[in-house]
Amino acid sequence: MIIASNVSKRFGKLKALDNVSVTCVKGECIALIGPNGCGKTTLIKSILGMVVSDSGFITFNGKNIKHHWQYRENIGYMPQIGRYPENMTIGQVLDMMKDIRSKKNAQLDEELINSFGLQEMMLKRMRTLSGGTRQKVSAALAFLFNPEVLILDEPTAGLDPVSSEILKEKIIAEKNKGKLVLITSHILSELDDLISQVIYMQDGKLCFHKSIKDLREDTGEEKLSKAIANVMLNR
Amino acid sequence: MKKIIKYVIIDILRNKIMLGYTVFLLLISLSIFNLEDNSAKGLLSLLNIILIIVPLVSLLFSAIYVYNSSEFLELLVSQPLKRKTIWLSLFSGLATSMAFAFVIGAGIPIMLYEPTATGFMMLGTGLLLSVIFVAIAMLAAVMARDKAKGIGVVILLWLYFSIIFDGLILFVLFQFADYPLEKMMVGVVAFNPIDLSRILILLKMDVSALMGYTGAIFKDFFGTQIGLIISFCVLITWVAIPTWLSLRRFNHKDL
Repeated sequence: MIIASNVSKRFGKLKALDNVSVTCVKGECIALIGPNGCGKTTLIKSILGMVVSDSGFITFNGKNIKHHWQYRENIGYMPQIGRYPENMTIGQVLDMMKDIRSKKNAQLDEELINSFGLQEMMLKRMRTLSGGTRQKVSAALAFLFNPEVLILDEPTAGLDPVSSEILKEKIIAEKNKGKLVLITSHILSELDDLISQVIYMQDGKLCFHKSIKDLREDTGEEKLSKAIANVMLNR
Repeated sequence: MKKIIKYVIIDILRNKIMLGYTVFLLLISLSIFNLEDNSAKGLLSLLNIILIIVPLVSLLFSAIYVYNSSEFLELLVSQPLKRKTIWLSLFSGLATSMAFAFVIGAGIPIMLYEPTATGFMMLGTGLLLSVIFVAIAMLAAVMARDKAKGIGVVILLWLYFSIIFDGLILFVLFQFADYPLEKMMVGVVAFNPIDLSRILILLKMDVSALMGYTGAIFKDFFGTQIGLIISFCVLITWVAIPTWLSLRRFNHKDL
């Protein structure tokens, strides 16, 4: 579904992405794991077209994303740090996105808006929101348009345990509908029951892309956190 | 595209600065026309004020607005929208509100007190100047990532177009006073939209006699139909080139 071939990106001297090639197929839930600053977010932003790669190309359903901007209709993106127009209210931001993005008679998925209780906060301005509430808005926006692909950058960072659980259940439900989910997270323990594949990155390079079953077999560890620790130490 | 322009304009209107700018222009134009007994003289005084204020406000407001809407741009870029659409919508929204403020603030008084060819010329060039400096400010804002640097550049650009450029020209004219530079001046003027606008309006006012021999040359060129058309083409180029450059830069920018 998403194929990246030999994607490289430099920020000045720093090589953020170094010849990264990945293939992501439908129905998988893929975790992007790696130390801070290893290029996870850059890879995600390249897929979204927010960062323009220096070389290599990315295709979505067989079409090069450079020339076909419409592919973003099929992606729901939840950024690591959600940045929104500060003097708009939650309601205005949601309405604006619906206005800009939704097609006629498209089905909107407002489940998260309701379960996060955003309905009662519609009149709050974005600049007054706490980090957690912002995350809730980002999550609600990512799922709102029923996209085929969900890209979640640190989805549960800053969320309280209850909301975090709600979001996780939502992710599992969407995965079971056959959607592709890409998640980055540093809290490996909560990825255990979510993911089916792992991509491990370091210093802008892709180290491996394995199914979780293979990873468990290779390392002999049952828990993802231990398996990854094992991999990092043996490098 | 229309939807994004709508959101940009709503956002600008919510910001009271635009309203203040309109009221300020309105107050200045009305008071000038009421102070002078001859409205043609009033137009001349208004000309100098407009040629200073319009570029300054257009430049500063647009540059700061582009920096402040970085979140908005970031949000839109991750949505199914073309980058070209996003950037041109932002430009159209800014240009429309600037032009609208000018029409209400200066256009209405001019039409009321001096509905002559000179008045129309002033309205036309004022509108074009508003749009030109929005385009230049957006170019500066997209080139410099740092907000302080971008706004600093914009202020320097304003100083250059309103003061330094004239100073340089005067310097060259005095240094090379022995050479016939008058014809060349017609071409040099194209490099500064403010000067070009000033000359276009002054020539309509019949005060060009005060400008001496250069004035006569200007009259020969800008006074004709073709000269006028060329000047407006030059002004429109001043909108098109910065917009095109900034669009090209924005298409490859990492957000």
